[in-house]
Amino acid sequence: MADFWNRFSRNRGAVIGLALLVIVILVAVLAPLLFPQSPWRMVQRPFLAPFSMDQYPLGTDALGRDVISGLAYGAQVSLLVGLVSTVAALLIGIPIGALAGYFGGWMDDALMRFTEFFQTVPSFALAIVLVAIFEPSIQSIIAAIAIVSWPPVARLVRGEVLSLRSREYVEAAILSGQTSLTIILRQVLPNTISPIIVLASLMVATAILLESSLSFLGLGDPNMMSWGYMIGAARTVIRQAWWLSFFPGVAILLTVLALNLIGEGLNDALNPRLARRGK
Amino acid sequence: MLKRLTTLAAALLVSTALHAEPVMGGRANVVIQPEPPSLMMGLVQNGPTQMVAGQIYESLLRYDEELQPMPQLAKSWEVSEDGLTYTFKLHDNVKWHDGEPFTAADVVFSADVFLRETHPRLRTSLEHVESITAPDDTTVVFKLKGPFGPFLGIFEAGTMPMVPKHIYEGTDYKNNPANNTPIGTGPFKFTEWVKGSHILLTKNADYYEEGKPYLDEIYWHVIPDAASRAVAYETGVVDVLPGGSVENFDVQRIADMDNTCVTDKGWEYFGPHSWMWLNNREGPTADKRFRQAVMYAMDRNFARDALWNGLGKVAAGPVSSSTRFFTDDVTAYDHDPEKAKALLAEMGYDGETVRLLPLPYGETWQRWAEAVKQNLDEVGINVEIVSTDVAGWNQKLAEWDYDMAFTYLYQYGDPALGVARNYISTNIAKGSQWNNVEGYDNKEVDDLFAKAAVAVTAEERQALYTQVQQTLVEDVPAAWLLELGFPTIYRCNVKDLVTTAIGVNDGFKDAYIEK
Repeated sequence: MADFWNRFSRNRGAVIGLALLVIVILVAVLAPLLFPQSPWRMVQRPFLAPFSMDQYPLGTDALGRDVISGLAYGAQVSLLVGLVSTVAALLIGIPIGALAGYFGGWMDDALMRFTEFFQTVPSFALAIVLVAIFEPSIQSIIAAIAIVSWPPVARLVRGEVLSLRSREYVEAAILSGQTSLTIILRQVLPNTISPIIVLASLMVATAILLESSLSFLGLGDPNMMSWGYMIGAARTVIRQAWWLSFFPGVAILLTVLALNLIGEGLNDALNPRLARRGK
Repeated sequence: MLKRLTTLAAALLVSTALHAEPVMGGRANVVIQPEPPSLMMGLVQNGPTQMVAGQIYESLLRYDEELQPMPQLAKSWEVSEDGLTYTFKLHDNVKWHDGEPFTAADVVFSADVFLRETHPRLRTSLEHVESITAPDDTTVVFKLKGPFGPFLGIFEAGTMPMVPKHIYEGTDYKNNPANNTPIGTGPFKFTEWVKGSHILLTKNADYYEEGKPYLDEIYWHVIPDAASRAVAYETGVVDVLPGGSVENFDVQRIADMDNTCVTDKGWEYFGPHSWMWLNNREGPTADKRFRQAVMYAMDRNFARDALWNGLGKVAAGPVSSSTRFFTDDVTAYDHDPEKAKALLAEMGYDGETVRLLPLPYGETWQRWAEAVKQNLDEVGINVEIVSTDVAGWNQKLAEWDYDMAFTYLYQYGDPALGVARNYISTNIAKGSQWNNVEGYDNKEVDDLFAKAAVAVTAEERQALYTQVQQTLVEDVPAAWLLELGFPTIYRCNVKDLVTTAIGVNDGFKDAYIEK
């Protein structure tokens, strides 16, 4: 573990990213304590400029709602959507990739064609269609993001499994009479976990961006204050009130950046022998 | 003293300038949003069609801002003592744009044959009409089956546009190729329509009113994006932004520009009235006290100021103040959260969540739903906003699948035409979002509306409508929001554009541009 941390912390960007993410998580968790009032509450006159009143440091929006409180509650939505939809995507992608890679043959063909079917449709367009059909709500958004983001997981897992499949310890397991399921779960998958973790950290970032984009287009959950919603609502008043889109934009930027940095760091820490990608 | 005199002189100069002789010539550049599906007003009556085609087609009358009838194709009219016979005298020198003379036979054809088939809203009003006849070329007589108070109000261009008999008689109206080159009697002729770009109308030199119109051309710009429409005005490409062509939050910025005038007049005939349907059939909204609590909980002044730039008025009840027989002698629902809480406590509201459907017409309506949700949250009503697109919204209303739902509808100047339809129990039917969607069923209200529609004198009608408004406001079948103000923005040197109850829709007849 200490070894892992050493390697992770050798990447300074990753440490910064982790620090940022911890802050975002803290803000999200503490939001109800920091801002006991609902972020939808109209607390001051509309379009109060930032830094003009101590009580509302980031100003108010078109209806007089506190921007900073919206940011805090928006962090909850973003993290929730990012994590849950990534977990859901992993739950779809890992089994499909593992089965395809382990059994090969027609099963591989069938599953990979199925995966390609999803890969060829532009993911954002598909997400829009799904959310529009099922009516925007937090559940439909999470489901849509999961459905459009599992194919890379499946392909990654398949590739890893394919290369592990012919290792001697797997052959030994087969000879010792273990069932295929046991071999996949006990012998193969644990060895694919590192690249999956790296990929997952980047997927969380992508999911946050997807949720923001959907909300920006008015396809967010109308009862949840999210960063994308805040920017979408502010887009139309950008000439009068720059701060309404600026602060949530910075929040999204920093969170996504943090997750990407962490992904890099994890890559270094988990695959020490691999050359850093992109360098 | 001297200073005061100069001010006075200046004021006099300004006022003489205001009544200066109209300037001939020039082109008006106007935004049209969205692009109309057709300009044949006898077939299509949506907003943009009425706005462009209102310069091409005319009806017998037009209406001033007080909804009083004024001459148009009819130069005079008489109503018999019993209120059953309406006789119109037509101008005798009117020509269609293709040169054919316009006669009483065209009126009979339009009202009795063409529009009865194509215009559902007019068809309902014409059910009161027994016969339409033309004793001679310039006289038309409408005989009614019984008195019908709002009758003189149905001769507006979008309600009863005159269509040429010599072109349409005996043809398949909807597929007549002439629909692409509309022929009317109005002050402007159709010249060119480049889809996705512009519609050009030019002056009708043979117009029957001497000297009119003043403008040479009207050029309607089709610009699909709201921000681009605002920019088009700011850069001088267009001179007139009719109501609804820019987003509300852009209005103030544009209104602050030099030589820019804003008016919310010219919508009196339509009286756009917004409210939330409250489902009277089931759930908490079935309880009158809950509905009253909703009225007390809402801060409608705030919504008007923050979302509608202070334009429009807080609605007193079901009837718009610009509609005839309006009364403000009704229970006033001010923003009073304490009263709302008391009413909720009295009825024993258990916190059941109510679903709120916003109107899917853009940002303003979305924000409005959020503001109302917050208002209701603060008195303890749990609200869940259900987002939906236009098709879904239509369907949910038509299927009564909602608890509260935003909407706005036109009133057409008379409660019998545009108000009764939403509250009488005979109008409860699935499949429409314009009838009694809330399911309010009150025999007394049915009777009052029925009597008021056929009462002969205005006093009688006023008495009955006052009573019905008082009853409705007490029962709160729907949560009335605002009389919407749709601002027309224009360069101040465009004069006399909005002078009637339908504003820009028939305004270019009188408009001129000062140099």
